[in-house]
Amino acid sequence: MVKINGEEVNAAGKTAAQYLTESGYDLKRVAVELNGDILPKSQYESTVLKDSDCVEIVSFVGGG
Amino acid sequence: MTKEEWYSVLENRHGADLQQKFSSAYVAVCGLGGLGSNVALSLARAGVATLLLIDFDKVDISNLHRQQYAVSQLGMFKTESMKQTISAIAPYCNVITHMVKLTEDNLSLLSHCDVICECFDNAECKSMLVNGTVERYPDKYIISASGMSGLHTGNTIKTKKLGKRLYICGDGISDVSDDGTLFAPRVMLCAAHQANTVLRIIAGEFEV
Repeated sequence: MVKINGEEVNAAGKTAAQYLTESGYDLKRVAVELNGDILPKSQYESTVLKDSDCVEIVSFVGGG
Repeated sequence: MTKEEWYSVLENRHGADLQQKFSSAYVAVCGLGGLGSNVALSLARAGVATLLLIDFDKVDISNLHRQQYAVSQLGMFKTESMKQTISAIAPYCNVITHMVKLTEDNLSLLSHCDVICECFDNAECKSMLVNGTVERYPDKYIISASGMSGLHTGNTIKTKKLGKRLYICGDGISDVSDDGTLFAPRVMLCAAHQANTVLRIIAGEFEV
């Protein structure tokens, strides 16, 4: 299980890009932390989520 | 007001050691709307040495309800208006301006600053700046903002840390496209979180 935004999710084996897209995130609006570091956008496709990974996803909203 | 008088007051208020840190800091404010205009003024008042102000837009009448501009500045570039206002309040702050839209292609404008404030209004631009600078400049601190629209409670505006050097202020959910508009105090709350985080980082306090 992968911990994503505080919840245990059955996402091990998926790439970050797959998980984000399947979960309805707009890839142009997110920032992703993986195990305490920001995951570069260029690595979303190549990063495979593993059991016990800890992921935090922020989806930016408009206004400023 | 002489430079000596100004810095004497700042040292008395902040302490000489802390003021020395503020007086050697270089902070970029990207976007000079409701967030950026308030962030810039707070940092100038604190005696931050150098502010890099970046915005491509001009002051419009529709900005006056929440942004730190005056009727006399309508039609001026926001960069020049903010430089003018800062010089009237904190004349010894070194203000550098770029009238340009920040994109992935010109992020090198930020190469010399220590801390970067993301103060855009568009969600995709926020993500572009945050991800672009985190990847390109892993040693810089980035203070972003997401979620400060509407007339919701002010108590949900918070500062969250992501990774080692990224901070995101706001409630994370209130989107201006849902709420329809922004109100000065709630935007200022978020801007205040950003400016406070900048000063804490300069002071060497990195936890939220």
